Amino acid sequence: MKLAIRSAGQWLNPLLFFVIVVTLFPLGIGPGPNMLATIAPGVLWVSALLAMMLSLDALFANDFRDGTLEQMVLSGHPLTVMVMGKVMAHWVTSGLPLVLLSPLLGLMMQLPEGAYGILIVSLLLGTLSLSFIGAIGAALIVSLNQGGVLLSLLVLPLTVPVLIFGSGAVAGAGMGLETSAHLSLLFAIVFLSVSLAPLAIAGALRVGVAAGR
Amino acid sequence: MAIHMTEQPVLLSATGMSIWRGEHLLVDELDVCVRAGSIVQIQGSNGSGKTTLLRALIGLAEFDEGEIFWRGEPVRRAQDELHASLIYLGHKAGITAGLTPLENLLSLCPELTSGERGESSARLLVQQVLDELGIGERIDLPSAALSAGQQRRVSLARLRLQSATLWVLDEPLTSLDADGYGWVQAEIQRHVGEGGAVMFTTHQSLSFDPLPVQTLQLAGDQ
Repeated sequence: MKLAIRSAGQWLNPLLFFVIVVTLFPLGIGPGPNMLATIAPGVLWVSALLAMMLSLDALFANDFRDGTLEQMVLSGHPLTVMVMGKVMAHWVTSGLPLVLLSPLLGLMMQLPEGAYGILIVSLLLGTLSLSFIGAIGAALIVSLNQGGVLLSLLVLPLTVPVLIFGSGAVAGAGMGLETSAHLSLLFAIVFLSVSLAPLAIAGALRVGVAAGR
Repeated sequence: MAIHMTEQPVLLSATGMSIWRGEHLLVDELDVCVRAGSIVQIQGSNGSGKTTLLRALIGLAEFDEGEIFWRGEPVRRAQDELHASLIYLGHKAGITAGLTPLENLLSLCPELTSGERGESSARLLVQQVLDELGIGERIDLPSAALSAGQQRRVSLARLRLQSATLWVLDEPLTSLDADGYGWVQAEIQRHVGEGGAVMFTTHQSLSFDPLPVQTLQLAGDQ
């Protein structure tokens, strides 16, 4: 199941999106280092968030269409565990590459030197919880044909706290402020979403399978 | 034979099953009883609710009234036991396009690689069954490159690779050729002979001589 990592489009798409969006900002705003440095945390974080959204659509849709999801429900193994595996695989393929690439893009955005460590840590935590929160939305819309817009509508409001604390931490680190408060809150969100989201996802998938045929 | 049949334990049973779809009563107060060693065919015209009934019986779809039992236990409490002894083949083949038939079957039948059996002996087993189904040389090709009938054959291979008491087959003959019909027919006979039970729907005519087939007629629109 986790072997689905194979399809290149799935992990390349969000990464390319992330790179392109972040690259466009210096081009559009001009290369003034002060301006870029101020908006860098926000831009990096918003782009990462949208890139994650991009890959969520397909998370369960293919499995639903070809019937794999039914077989998962019927397999007799706990659905929450399988969902956990699936979402972790999603994070490794679409979240982790963003995190690894972010320092390079930070450089392009004139991110202050002290902020790189925090950028990586906050994105690491942030993308992980985004994967889990987003997967709830992806599971809810699984039996709908055109759920893309609904998905962003459902999920984006839920991701606002992650965005606020994530970019807040990076911005704070850039100004040399203490960021442990932001990071602890991010940790809390990660623990909450990783532990509770699989239950919600499994429930939503059961409903989706019952609605489809 | 007939007398012997009634002594077999009841596997899956349901009483007073009613299923509404919107304003439409699809299944009306139906009783179902599937014993070990029996074949049950659900008949009905298109849209009469065969698929819905099958899915409701195994917990994949909602139903409005009635009670389902697995080996005498209400299915609410015995859902995992039911699912552990069930193979369901639905309209969707359950084959992931990006994976090869081998990978698909290994993930669908985890018992193949569990225990002391290694990956290589599992591969041999899968190869053997796929050979028999005439798609042995496609074992390492992406499933997306297979035709609908070949994908159906991959999912049918589970009937041989997995041990499950109850088979629920929804239109198992879709997109199969005459060879495929024969294979399915023989497999069902073997399975029932070994004490398993089969519930299926089809619009083709299959005979399992000398095994008796119980039929369950769905009224459909009336």
